[in-house]
Amino acid sequence: MLEDIAPRDTLEAEELALTETIRVAVPERSLRHDLRAVAMVWRRELIRFRSDRLRAVTALIQPVLFLFILGTGLSRLASHGLPAGVDFRTFIYPGVLAMSVLFTAIFSAASIVWDREFGFLREMLVAPVRRWAIVVGKCLGGATVATLQGIIFLALAGVAHVPYSPTLLLVLVGELLLLSFTLTAFGVMMAARIKQIQAFMALTQMTVMPLFFLSGALYPLNGLPGWLTVLTRIDPLTYIVSPMRDAVFSHLSVSPLATAALSPGITWFGWEVPLGLSLAMVAVMGAAMLGIGIAEFRKTE
Amino acid sequence: MTPAISVSKLTKSYGEIEAVRGIDFEVAAGETFGFLGPNGAGKSTTIKILCTLAEPTSGSARVAGYDVVSERDTVRRNIGLVFQETTLDNYLTGEQNLRFHAELYGVPKAAFAPRLRQVLEMVGLWDRRASVVSTYSGGMQRRLEIARGLLHAPRVLFLDEPTVGLDPQTRASIWEYINGLKQREDITIFLTTHYMDEAENCDRIAIIDHGKIVAIDTPEALKASIGKDRVQISTADDEAAARALAETFGIDSGLHEGLVTFSVESGEHFVPRLFASLPVAIRSVSVSRPSLDDVFMSYTGKTIRDAEASVGDRNRRLATRFGRR
Repeated sequence: MLEDIAPRDTLEAEELALTETIRVAVPERSLRHDLRAVAMVWRRELIRFRSDRLRAVTALIQPVLFLFILGTGLSRLASHGLPAGVDFRTFIYPGVLAMSVLFTAIFSAASIVWDREFGFLREMLVAPVRRWAIVVGKCLGGATVATLQGIIFLALAGVAHVPYSPTLLLVLVGELLLLSFTLTAFGVMMAARIKQIQAFMALTQMTVMPLFFLSGALYPLNGLPGWLTVLTRIDPLTYIVSPMRDAVFSHLSVSPLATAALSPGITWFGWEVPLGLSLAMVAVMGAAMLGIGIAEFRKTE
Repeated sequence: MTPAISVSKLTKSYGEIEAVRGIDFEVAAGETFGFLGPNGAGKSTTIKILCTLAEPTSGSARVAGYDVVSERDTVRRNIGLVFQETTLDNYLTGEQNLRFHAELYGVPKAAFAPRLRQVLEMVGLWDRRASVVSTYSGGMQRRLEIARGLLHAPRVLFLDEPTVGLDPQTRASIWEYINGLKQREDITIFLTTHYMDEAENCDRIAIIDHGKIVAIDTPEALKASIGKDRVQISTADDEAAARALAETFGIDSGLHEGLVTFSVESGEHFVPRLFASLPVAIRSVSVSRPSLDDVFMSYTGKTIRDAEASVGDRNRRLATRFGRR
């Protein structure tokens, strides 16, 4: 049916372009074709991030306020509880770093809701590609954009007395990527169901701030009242903020005692959750939400 | 040669509402086929089924030789779509929008650049390819969508109300591009419209009303089948005029767009008799050769605008009924 025409030289083809139809044979669908779609959906997110510098700047405002205004303002008060030589801003830096990707990641997913409103989602959904390719492309794109956003904030580490050690930076970027991916998957899962941007934004506001405050981003996880201990252990964000703080503290020159007090790790009824398990849980959660998102998008239209 | 589109006994219901009630037709390869009818007549539902965006309740449809349900992906690779609403990414440039499309449709990399140039030149947007789409006018956006729909060289191009919401000048220019496209591309075009004048551009048209095809033929044949001219008069007392028309001449008339409207053979000879015998003062008269409007009216008993108003009422009634439940 479809004849396959061998590609001609560009020059010749360009001349032909003016006179005769270029035959394009669209190939049978294959995994390679689906991966091409993933790459393109991912690239679109990057193109849009690059052209929207204002978004990158505004997304920085909140973490900067937390770190420098709230952090500096509280540091004198907090210094009584901190071992000598540890700045309060250093302590909250990992948590605020996680915050710097929170909104960006979820808003990347919100672009699905925008795309639906402006019709572009339809262009994607009618294409002869598997739905998973679109959803995975979107998640990877959102994760990349959010991680880039986090890297901008990572550049300010020195101001919070966090050393620019290559291994530390590498670990933190990896953890940011994991966090961003899971958050985008969460957003995509919601975007499959929520059709109105106002509702999506409201839900984001409602979930993101509690997630952040319960994650131990601004306080250590030990010695909390029982109810708060339970809530922090339920918050998925805890399982990424704690490893990030662990990474930062392992690169500081503070006493083991101080580290134990400030970055105690996560415990379940006295049992210390290993770092690997903690990260794996976040990854599994992301994968599960991605799966739900794909299933939801398979159902639409 | 296999027909580009063949539809048989197709129906589609949404709950209690039967949007399409059993339609059959075929579109030959290379034809420009128009689906004409008021909003809510079932045009969009039919096009959605043909584009694999909705599944038929019963009956079957084949596009480019493939079944729209069981060979959905093959159908999708062989069709181009231009929707009523724009489906462009306003933040990307024209070229980026088309590249996105090419990647999702798996257009071979070597073919992309020449094909891009070809389709963009066809719609007169080659010079604007690097501009962000949000800077395009409504007509340019529609042209870009047509170019995108053609990029993967589909065998059938679907245009759902390609000119809706555009000003008359832009509508005319879109039609110039579509007509040019017919000459340059080996393609079948299926379009829906509720503009009668635009349907004249089609090789054949089907008139659809209340989910059924009421007439299907070339525009010329449809117009010839009526054989009557349309006369519209404005009078001092429209009701009395209508009564007099019925009593004196045995003519059924209707009130359309505020004018007493009826069809007669050789209208210009009828008008003097009308002046002589109508007991009501006539303010103005217009006689027109049959247009597709008249065709529509003779097959459905109303003008397309009346039909839209009544569909609007029906939908509103349905909405309130469902709303109250």
